Amino acid sequence: MSRLGSLMLALGSALVYGLLYAPIAVMVLFSFNAPRGRFNLLWQGFTLENWRHPLRDAALTQAFLTSLALALAAALLAVLLGGLMALALARARVRGRRGIELLLALPLTNPEIVLAAALLNLFVGLNLPRGPLTLLLSHSLFCLSYAALTLKARLAGFDPTLELAAQDLGAPPLEAFRRVTLPLLAPGLFAAVLLCFSLSFDDYVISSFTAGETVTLPLYLAGAFQREISPQIQVLSTLVLLVSAALLLLACRPQEDPSR
Amino acid sequence: MDVIALQEVSRRYGSLTALEPLTLSIGAGEFFSLLGPSGCGKTTTLRLIAGFDRPQSGRILLQGRDLTEAPPHRRPVNLVFQNYALFPHLSVWDNVAFGPRSRRMADAELRRRVGEALEVVRLPELARRRPHQLSGGQQQRVALARALVNAPAAVLLDEPLAALDPDLRRTMRRELQAIQREVGITFVLVTHDREEALSLSDRLAVLNRGRLEQVGTPRQLYEQPRSAVVATFLGSANLLPEPSGAGQRLLRPERLRLGPEPPGEGERGLQARVEELVFQGATVEVRLRSRCDRPLIAIDTSANLPNNLRVGSELWCRWNPAHSHALEEPTL
Repeated sequence: MSRLGSLMLALGSALVYGLLYAPIAVMVLFSFNAPRGRFNLLWQGFTLENWRHPLRDAALTQAFLTSLALALAAALLAVLLGGLMALALARARVRGRRGIELLLALPLTNPEIVLAAALLNLFVGLNLPRGPLTLLLSHSLFCLSYAALTLKARLAGFDPTLELAAQDLGAPPLEAFRRVTLPLLAPGLFAAVLLCFSLSFDDYVISSFTAGETVTLPLYLAGAFQREISPQIQVLSTLVLLVSAALLLLACRPQEDPSR
Repeated sequence: MDVIALQEVSRRYGSLTALEPLTLSIGAGEFFSLLGPSGCGKTTTLRLIAGFDRPQSGRILLQGRDLTEAPPHRRPVNLVFQNYALFPHLSVWDNVAFGPRSRRMADAELRRRVGEALEVVRLPELARRRPHQLSGGQQQRVALARALVNAPAAVLLDEPLAALDPDLRRTMRRELQAIQREVGITFVLVTHDREEALSLSDRLAVLNRGRLEQVGTPRQLYEQPRSAVVATFLGSANLLPEPSGAGQRLLRPERLRLGPEPPGEGERGLQARVEELVFQGATVEVRLRSRCDRPLIAIDTSANLPNNLRVGSELWCRWNPAHSHALEEPTL
């Protein structure tokens, strides 16, 4: 490539990454701001005061912990069910596999608010009180397709003779699954949990319909932004960012490709 | 007692017959090969013995016990897969220890057995490596150790050398034979490579289109094949009509003598013209056509062939009729 070409490419890449990361940089920066008034929107001066007690705001902290627990539970449930679906689709001789796979991908194209309204309809119809349970059900539901599709891709690269080899070496089918299939799928399972966790943790639309009195972090923030924007929000978000980045690094750390 | 006995074992897939009723016995300590072109039923037979598939009819006896319906993990045989199927998340040592651990073997015994198995395949120094850090030949040996460590009644090998390059294949062939002699365990090899089957086996079975053609020692099958199928599958062959006109006789190309002299006392011969000379290193393959328009093939060392041999040469092909063999089942 010509020198000009590579220069343009570098500039273009820098621009794209700059745009991607500018909002995040602003968020981190404003967690160190000392705002006047209730809206942490203009840079006033540097302070570490916000970071001294990151969990000072009790309601915010409570919402944060609720979201954390909800996202974890929903992700585990979705990955469990989605994993079983992916296994069935990859292994069993299912009639109409194509159709089933399409049905799995279709909910991804459904507008979230339509799903949210339908879920509210369902819960009201079932006379199920809105709260932690309905939140968990609806979050694991919208994560399910993502989990199943991620794991299906992972299973596609899995050599089925490995399970046969385990059985040939004296392991009954379930033991073969535990000693061979599960450890080899672990990175895929971890990635799926991570994805579902972040989807659930972020969710506002579906939560707003199915949360009842329960307050998740996005719900709290949406409400709080009408009254104030406290630097604690940026502090907490920066913390979340750091934890997510650490988890991502862990998931993507260079490892031997187990499918080879 | 036979280690493996198949009694009228058959397998169909829908309307496709993968294996016609097959009866076969394999003895203790034998190196036995199932030889045939792809789709002949040899791999089906191996899968039936290993328990990955069930026959529609017939019985499978292993060490005298009827295990026709037993799942793979309850059979006293171990398979070396064509792609080796080594567990990528386990070290070489843990791969080999997989079988003993499935049988809940005591720790001290397990260590001893795994160590021994790695010694047999000469890999003890690589015990800590992961499979992807090994060469193809080394992976092959780990797969073999992983089977041998269980002291099975028989080790089943599914085209184990097919994935290796030719030089390594020859080395591994010798090694496989040495290991089998050392451990004395029955080996059942599935292959489509006739050289491999002929050089390794104590006995071999030739399968074709789901049917057993013939069982015997390599020499028997090469020199006295029952059918034209076996004759041509085990090597290049001249199939000549019987002088009486009914039936065919096999004449291996290395039994033909080429030269200007007509056949002598007790010999037979045909006059032919050289159509092609294929230099093969130690030997030369000569393709000829007889006066009666019959293609012939002769193989001999350069030293034994006439000096002035070239395409277009007219000469005599002579042979001793005792070196030809009457086929029970000629080509149609």
